Amino acid sequence: MPELHFPWIEAAIIIPLIVSLSLWRVTDSHRQKIITSITSCIVLLLCTGEWIDFARLNIYEAHDHWDLTSWILNREILVVDALSAPLLPLAALLYTAIIATTLRTKTVRFSFRSALLSLSTLLATLSCRDAWMVILLLTLSSLPILHELSIRKRSNRIFLIHTILSILCMIFGQLFIDLSADSSRTHIIGGSLLTIGCLIRAGIFPMHCWITDLCEKSAFGTAILFLLPMTGAYAIMRLVFPIAPSYALQAIAILSLLSSIYAAAMSAVQVDIRRLFAYMFLSHSSLVLVGLELTTPIGLAGGLLVWLSAGIALLGFALALRSIEARTGRLSLQFFHGLQDQIPFLAGMFLITGLAAIGFPGTIGFIGMEMLLEGAVAIYPTVGVIVAITAAINGISIMRAYFLLFTGVNHPSTGSLACKPTERIAILLILLLIIGGGLWPQLGVHSRYLSAKELIQHRAPLSENVTRSHPELTTVSK
Amino acid sequence: MTVLSQTFFYLALIVVISPLSLLAIFASSMLFGYRLSETTQAKLTKITNITGLLVALVIPTIMMITGKNRIVVELGRWVAIDKEHFHFHLKLIFDQLSVPFLVLCFVLCAVVGTFAASYLHRDKGYSRFFFYYALFQLGMILSALAGTIETLFLGWELVGLSSAMLVAYFQSRPAPVRNGLRIWSVYRISDAAFLIAALTMHHLTGVGDFELMTGTEPWPGGSTLVDSGSIIQIGLLLIFAAAGKSAMVPFSGWLPRAMEGPTPSSAIFYGALSVHLGVFLLLRINPILAASLTIQLMVIGLGLLTTVFGALTSRVQTDVKNGLAYASLTQVGLITIEIGLGLYYFALVHMIGHACLRTLQLLRAPSTLRDHQWLENAVGSHLSNSEMREARWAKPIHPRLYRFAMHRGNLDVFLDRICIRPFISLFQWFDRIEHRITNAIEGGESRISQNIHHSEDPSKGNR
Repeated sequence: MPELHFPWIEAAIIIPLIVSLSLWRVTDSHRQKIITSITSCIVLLLCTGEWIDFARLNIYEAHDHWDLTSWILNREILVVDALSAPLLPLAALLYTAIIATTLRTKTVRFSFRSALLSLSTLLATLSCRDAWMVILLLTLSSLPILHELSIRKRSNRIFLIHTILSILCMIFGQLFIDLSADSSRTHIIGGSLLTIGCLIRAGIFPMHCWITDLCEKSAFGTAILFLLPMTGAYAIMRLVFPIAPSYALQAIAILSLLSSIYAAAMSAVQVDIRRLFAYMFLSHSSLVLVGLELTTPIGLAGGLLVWLSAGIALLGFALALRSIEARTGRLSLQFFHGLQDQIPFLAGMFLITGLAAIGFPGTIGFIGMEMLLEGAVAIYPTVGVIVAITAAINGISIMRAYFLLFTGVNHPSTGSLACKPTERIAILLILLLIIGGGLWPQLGVHSRYLSAKELIQHRAPLSENVTRSHPELTTVSK
Repeated sequence: MTVLSQTFFYLALIVVISPLSLLAIFASSMLFGYRLSETTQAKLTKITNITGLLVALVIPTIMMITGKNRIVVELGRWVAIDKEHFHFHLKLIFDQLSVPFLVLCFVLCAVVGTFAASYLHRDKGYSRFFFYYALFQLGMILSALAGTIETLFLGWELVGLSSAMLVAYFQSRPAPVRNGLRIWSVYRISDAAFLIAALTMHHLTGVGDFELMTGTEPWPGGSTLVDSGSIIQIGLLLIFAAAGKSAMVPFSGWLPRAMEGPTPSSAIFYGALSVHLGVFLLLRINPILAASLTIQLMVIGLGLLTTVFGALTSRVQTDVKNGLAYASLTQVGLITIEIGLGLYYFALVHMIGHACLRTLQLLRAPSTLRDHQWLENAVGSHLSNSEMREARWAKPIHPRLYRFAMHRGNLDVFLDRICIRPFISLFQWFDRIEHRITNAIEGGESRISQNIHHSEDPSKGNR
């Protein structure tokens, strides 16, 4: 397998892990924040370096230079490929932005140690292709959430039940797959269990309640860090996509489609801003899954592009929301709040990032959404119709939230609610990505298209085995 | 590239860049927090408008001299995946439909920009108004010149956003904000219909350019590549989109709501330009309409309904802006009928004339009383209203018609009842079910937000 020019991935995983362990000795939360911010910036640079290095090699997959894990375990565990290459810098950006914008008033609540541990786990998950390792890492990534909920004395029952169910399905599914031949019934049962596990992790309807519950009960920063990398979609791409026959992918696409329109409609009737965000996220992550399961180069490329664009746009949206909440407390959507005059910058960012998430022209989400629609219409015109309606409802939800939060009344405030420089810089950076990606989309489109083609090519021989041995299933699906 | 096409390339570039540069300057000033003075903003608006207008006037002059009545300019490929035939062109068409509309856009935007500079003097939202004004102007110009569906959609969306934000311009009151949201919702739904129609056409014909989709003959000639089986479906979606954008029945309820915005925005958006965008779309896709008698009849029917509704309703309005809004609707309905009858040039001229007249009327609306008094002073006595003679046959239905017009046909109530309330009730019901399920799992109240928001002060009373 080709090599990168530097051990980018290992360095990006090990550095936050070591810093996280050394943070036990630092008691001052402000110092913790500074150390964590610097670490996450270094990780972001390493991940960006990995992406550039990988793109310049022009290959499908590569492993680190001086690959320690393969030398120790005698297996290639950490591998970056066309799918994961841009997801690593996206994950690092997400953590850097959240950590850097955590206000001093929130540093006591927000665990920087957990954040660095989660970053390390997430990067390992995104660069891991071994099924068992992916399942293990997904399990590990849930532990900090459970820990935080118990520290905050909030019930974790809903999250715990969904997590256990998801992990058990994945474990038994993978077990059945490993123990059975490629074409046996057991293999199909294993594949189905694996799919169910991944779908629960992705929060697909009707197993989505844990997402809204998490957004309500945990610190908003923690919820964003857990949700926005869309590890459920990643698990589907790693565990299910390579082995699933077409009919299974179509079933996932239908469920995802249902989930996306349901979540969009639910976001329009929410009276709590965090719940609205949760449903917005769910709607977009489901749209990503719709694209990923289309299995046409344009549709898949659209899905991959929406993954990146929605990730960036929703990050900006969540940052703006988090900054507003840090100043005003939890916000209800039952009343007008009229915050425009107090925080015009955040109001503008809220609107722009929200519009970017729904694929408004001129923003990063536009082309991805167009490609997704194009891919969907080419296969099933009805899917295209539902995706268009979903985007329309999401647009209404965003504008409703904007009007309720920022207009309608004059917000009485004696103190200044203005943005801190770190918040301003982080949001401006994301805005730059949103507008830059919207005005010059060709680079992103081309890279995602190549990834889509490679993924389809690598999937074909594996999925054909199942289809060939069970032709009746293909007929049913047709 | 010939000299002529090169000249048009640069002219097209200037036409698009002039509002774009204005938008970029205003956006960056808002983003980075440096304040531009009112004079600077007004001057910048004037400069870009004059530049754009001069270029827009040069274009038809060159076209007349060279005898060309259709010129297509490709500004570049935004996105291209050649192997999949996926292209995203920024293509502009200069023809007998787009050029007059382009000139109209620049003229009216310049007039309203100059008017607004004085009208909104020292207003708190002065900068905000001009930012959305620039966004709107860019959207209108892109929509007018669009040579591909994608470009039209781009402009269409910009117009929708700026319109909704300007209706909610007086943002410290709930009513304008609610109206802004209503308009945004109607626009989003009609945008979805337009997008679906565009994608279906793209899927069926394999192209996204208007010149390929509606033939390469100069407007209003051309023939569609869409097969007769799909034409009804596409036609219906396009009529739906046009009805939403031009406030035709049953979406007419948003037009008086739009009058909540400042007078200059009401004049330019809802009296003159934005309200005509739907009929402009019908004119642009005229070969699709012409290909089916059913579609043509539908267009005529829609126009007729809108005309009758607008004419009835405008007669009972008690404020001048609403009266003018419904009068606009009557004319939009008439223009739609003309399009349905195939009188495309007539509809174009009607649209331009109506836009100019309505802008003038709306801009004079704030000083109606002053004008009236001035007239009375000039005449030397009170101006008497001429008595209306009521036809005998109309007597029995007169109260009913009056009530119908006063209630604006209950169109908003109708839409609320058949679309919005069932939608909200259904998903609120789903929300309650989810709540019960999570409560059952938790063995108690599962939603923290429930406790927080219940303890909030309801005396704000602005729900």
